[in-house]
Amino acid sequence: MSLRSPLGRARGLGSAKSGLHHWIAQRLTAIALVPLSLWFIVTLVCLIGSDHATAVERLQSPLTATLLILFIAALFHHAQLGVQVVIEDYVHGHWQKLTSLVVVKFIAVFAALASIIAVLKVSLGL
Amino acid sequence: MSARQRPLSPHLQVYKPQLTSVLSITHRGTGLFLSLGALVLCYWLLALAAGPDSYANAQAVIGSWPGQLLLFGWVAALYYHLANGIRHLFWDAGYGLELKTTYASGFAVVAVSIVLTVATWIIAALRMGGGA
Repeated sequence: MSLRSPLGRARGLGSAKSGLHHWIAQRLTAIALVPLSLWFIVTLVCLIGSDHATAVERLQSPLTATLLILFIAALFHHAQLGVQVVIEDYVHGHWQKLTSLVVVKFIAVFAALASIIAVLKVSLGL
Repeated sequence: MSARQRPLSPHLQVYKPQLTSVLSITHRGTGLFLSLGALVLCYWLLALAAGPDSYANAQAVIGSWPGQLLLFGWVAALYYHLANGIRHLFWDAGYGLELKTTYASGFAVVAVSIVLTVATWIIAALRMGGGA
């Protein structure tokens, strides 16, 4: 047991040094997602009722594929950063917190990569 | 070592919900909900890449009434999170932090998300009805 107060232990250690990067990344992806998500909704509405061939043809436009990949990257990055903050705020057990943070990060990277590869496969006509 | 158990603040259950606090927790709620929607986008793209059969399957899942209900929720959540996110960006830049302004921008966010959600679904319904 330490006789030092919580304040005494924390003082002088400085920040964890990575909070600012998280904060900036969350804002940058947010700014990128403003036009990208509006474009995404318009694209989805235009795709309503279309069959497979029409949807594929739509994704074969390089501009659509580029914007969609940018949207996917910004979306999953932003989602991971946001869910991380929620976990840090509400999950208190050390191991529960660590495990859920790692699981969320793995899912985000996996889903983002799978989505991008799916877009590339369709747009390149592979 | 553990610090003495002191009373914690805020005690959410003794506070009257205010527009600002309700919008704040809704921002988190919609964020979590939209993260699930991102996984559905991944599913839909994988189905599209897998071929016409799995694409038709995915379209049927999304076109079912629970699918449509969720889709409606995701569109509404996206507009809300987008509008309120822009409000947050203004706060980050140091603007609009006066109490009166936060209420005005809060009402504006709610109004904008309702208008955009309804408009999107009217256009979507027209396109579906038109057999496009």
